[in-house]
Amino acid sequence: MITSREYRTAKQVYGPLVLLESVEAVTYGELTDISTGNGERRRGRVLEINGDKVMVQVFEGTSGFAPEDLKVKFLGKGMELGVSEDMLGRVFDGFGRVIDDGPEIIPEKWLNVNGSPINPWARDYPNEFIQTGISTIDLLNTLVRGQKLPIFSGSGLPHAHLTAQIARQARVLKSDDKFAVIFAAMGITFEEAEFFIEDFRRTGALARAVLFVNLADDPPIERIAVPRMALTTAEYLAYEKDMHVLVILTDLTNYCEALREISAARKEVPGRRGYPGYLYTDLSTIYERAGRIKGRRGSITQLPVITMPEDDKTHPIPDLTGYITEGQIIMSRPLHMRGVYPPVDVLPSLSRLKDKGIGAGKTREDHANVMNQLYAAYARGVNAKELAVVLGESALSPMDLRYVQFAEAFEQRFVRQGEHENRSIEDSLRLGWELLALLPKTELKRIKDEFIEKYYPATQAGTAAKA
Amino acid sequence: MKQGEVIKVSGPLVGARGMDGAQMYEMVRVGELRLFGEIIEIRHGNYSIQVYEETEGVGPGQPVFRTGEALSVELGPGLMGGLYDGVQRPLDVLQRDFGDFIVRGAERPALGREKIWKFQPAVAAGALVEPGDILGTVQETTLVVHRIMVPAGVRGRVAQIAPVEGNVETEVAVIETDKGSVPVKMYQRWSVRHPRQVTRKFPPIEPLTTGQRVIDMFFPIAKGGTACVPGPFGSGKTVVQHQLAKWSNADIIVYVGCGERGNEMTDVLMEFPELKDPDSGQPLMERTVLIANTSNMPVAAREASVFTGITIAEYYRDMGYSVALMADSTSRWAEAMREISGRLEEMPGEEGYPAYLGSRIASFYERSGYVQCLGSDKRQGSLSLIGAVSPPGGDLSEPVVQATLRVVKVFWGLDDKLAFARHFPAINWLTSYSLYQSVIDKFAAEHVDAEWPKQRTLAMNLLQREAELEELVRLVGLDALAAGDRLTLLASRMIREDFLHQNAFDERDTYTSLRKQFEILATILHFHAAAKDALRDGVLLPDLLEMPIFEKIARLRLLAEDALPEFENVRTEITAALAALPRQVAVLAEAAVSEP
Ligand SMILES: Nc1ncnc2c1ncn2[C@@H]1O[C@H](COP(=O)(O)OP(=O)(O)O)[C@@H](O)[C@H]1O
Ligand SMILES: [Mg+2]
Repeated sequence: MITSREYRTAKQVYGPLVLLESVEAVTYGELTDISTGNGERRRGRVLEINGDKVMVQVFEGTSGFAPEDLKVKFLGKGMELGVSEDMLGRVFDGFGRVIDDGPEIIPEKWLNVNGSPINPWARDYPNEFIQTGISTIDLLNTLVRGQKLPIFSGSGLPHAHLTAQIARQARVLKSDDKFAVIFAAMGITFEEAEFFIEDFRRTGALARAVLFVNLADDPPIERIAVPRMALTTAEYLAYEKDMHVLVILTDLTNYCEALREISAARKEVPGRRGYPGYLYTDLSTIYERAGRIKGRRGSITQLPVITMPEDDKTHPIPDLTGYITEGQIIMSRPLHMRGVYPPVDVLPSLSRLKDKGIGAGKTREDHANVMNQLYAAYARGVNAKELAVVLGESALSPMDLRYVQFAEAFEQRFVRQGEHENRSIEDSLRLGWELLALLPKTELKRIKDEFIEKYYPATQAGTAAKA
Repeated sequence: MKQGEVIKVSGPLVGARGMDGAQMYEMVRVGELRLFGEIIEIRHGNYSIQVYEETEGVGPGQPVFRTGEALSVELGPGLMGGLYDGVQRPLDVLQRDFGDFIVRGAERPALGREKIWKFQPAVAAGALVEPGDILGTVQETTLVVHRIMVPAGVRGRVAQIAPVEGNVETEVAVIETDKGSVPVKMYQRWSVRHPRQVTRKFPPIEPLTTGQRVIDMFFPIAKGGTACVPGPFGSGKTVVQHQLAKWSNADIIVYVGCGERGNEMTDVLMEFPELKDPDSGQPLMERTVLIANTSNMPVAAREASVFTGITIAEYYRDMGYSVALMADSTSRWAEAMREISGRLEEMPGEEGYPAYLGSRIASFYERSGYVQCLGSDKRQGSLSLIGAVSPPGGDLSEPVVQATLRVVKVFWGLDDKLAFARHFPAINWLTSYSLYQSVIDKFAAEHVDAEWPKQRTLAMNLLQREAELEELVRLVGLDALAAGDRLTLLASRMIREDFLHQNAFDERDTYTSLRKQFEILATILHFHAAAKDALRDGVLLPDLLEMPIFEKIARLRLLAEDALPEFENVRTEITAALAALPRQVAVLAEAAVSEP
């Protein structure tokens, strides 16, 4: 194969795309080097080939391009990243170029950033409980190693604080495995990025972190590369260096907008709200890179952040994400307005992998029962509260009133916690039981008798049960 | 080998030239990496090929090799317990030979050639046979006897047949036909785009029992029937599909993970070998074939995966088995069609889906049925199809749901409000339906209890009445309801919480036999009827609303399958507990009991 050829045959520039003619022997996905008239260099990738016409997507955008001045060099390989353990503690741009003051990385090897799908036969089921110290996650939406659990947020909601708190507090009970954090910023503000970096620095996590940063004023198309750089690094650290890697991807909404921009420039038939029909498939090639592999020690856990446009869960970005990820943590604006931190909207939140990560030997025997009961009771309380808003409290049965009280206490005592409050799973369970004791025992249909006997708090039991 | 040349690459779609004589749906190998592909359009010497593997590195000038064969699957012993990708590559073997990640151009036969099978003839030399006749059997797993059939189009006299041992390539018989002698191997190949023939179809008559109470009792599916499970993410589509794969009384399960999560396939792979079939006590994996083309695997192979799955399912149906195929999710399959169609620059229909979306979906579900198989023994088989549908934003008006609803007979509508309240399975009992209900009623009345249809109707009426009453409560408050209506609310709540709600992850609750389903419901309805009488006799409503016996009712679903006599005891206790309540003659008039 020819390794590198240079062409000056660019004919069209539109959006982030350049179209060349009379090109030979290029391949799909090939990386290109583009130099402009004034010698500036940008990166591109082959998006489509038709005969001798080639469409190239330019990561740093096409501003300042004049077709006749462009020199396009095809590099004979796909997009690659040079990886090494020395990446820990370092900061890179969205394309994997060093941007801190440190030395260049000497790669141990080069990896294609698109990765390859994990053979489903090789996957190991994620089942190791990660304690995040946050009750609404640990007890109700349990995170496990190798899971992809996104945070669905809205603009102005404290997702950055929650994500940082998880990164800070997350640990696996009884384990001293090696871990690393990979932080991939896509189009977020300088302040938000600084908040994370500062937090990592303060807690000493920076030494075990790799940062890829594309800020709001960095080239938008580069955001397509960012998660792939991050996950390629994660795969290397997890599967070759035995590390448990937590990957924070923020904000996928900006990533999807970059995809939409390319799709629009290609005049593709748009799917819902102008996003391309292949958005689902594209997102899955990011999210499905989380996981564990049989016989390998490391794991990749993903925490993608999505700001839902207009807080709308049915918007294509959160919607398609929810269809791929293993649950979602949803943030609630009303809770936030009422001053509850973290404003986790418990009812629509879900961890699909919780069932295999909890119970005797992992968390505690009564965990699943308590979780189901808290959900059912809170749902009933919320319903009753809505009814009371319409009809007044007098319309409620005495039992419904108790559920309303339960729901309020649940939000104030269970959901709410400090940004630096790190609750053990035992703490969260104890709190859960305290709240359930606001209800009579007969209402606890989702809990086995033996657990009620063992864990129902003694002090309130008498009064509550007789009512 | 004949070959052409790549001229165009756009994602999974490759254009080629110089392939004269190649046919529609012929398999090809693309580029130096020899990637799997299939011809899907031919125009003036330009061939469009959908490629089942990632096309990075493919470019103009690279070769395209023809195979002369349509996209086909291997059908023979060794399928059971297997895990395949969308074009039937054995994922366990790929992992063993190529590593933990899927590499391109990897090729391995679907049926392992190392494995030795024992063939036992069922006919003698000299017998006259026609297509579909059973020549003999191979014990494929402890649960499945694999019947080796005379291939399609072969008719004549058995010239040679004997017990043999060998791999799937082994010849088990020779058939003398008009056109010469035809050797029959233990396996055959079949093009996935062509349905396998049957003698005739019948209307379904028997339930495909699932052990899921809301399904078997209220929205049953028949053997040979079709059902769809639409719902937004997190509403429980996959769990419903997994539950059916585990507990339905089909002989064979084909589970197609089409464009969904890798971990869900791993879940099945790890769990099924541990789970025991309720009838035989054998591991469920022994009757299951898995097709996994997860969301991150190439999109064109996702399109093919559904056809691969259904062809395997038809093959076992042809042996006379009842087969159930689950496809999770048909929406991802439709999206794969949309993506390829878009790249072919076809005229888009609704939401960018190709105009033929509806007919493709219909022809998929049309491959279901309760049938008389080919073969002179007139044996019967069935193929039931259950498709999950993943509508964007949970909006049921979108094209894939609509096209599906036009053809399937059972609709299990999943409701995210129920899921949020952790009421599972979140099948909405007010909107779901089954067109097999009268057929199944007849069956259940005969095989379970003559009262089945009546009890079911009573219970459904209560649930519908509950919905009306809830509307009313929203307007006027609970206190305004008559005592009888309050009782209706109580009984329907029991139906919801103690019958419909079923925890898939509880060892006991995960499966309920028809008998036990009937008993639970009958007990709740017994309470309702007896409590109505009690009200009439002057028992006060508040005394009825909180009774210790409720706890027993709530735990009925957790009773063991063999604890059936216990139900009669609980009903006796209910009667006694109600009889023990104080009666006030003065309120008799007030206790106007409205019928649900
Ligand atoms: N029958 C059930 N019993 C208990 N939990 C269930 C049941 N059905 C669904 N769930 C819960 O709902 C979650 C989502 O279900 P799933 O089938 O994966 O949804 P979908 O496929 O519609 O996105 C599961 O992880 C599980 O926690
Ligand atoms: Mg699903």
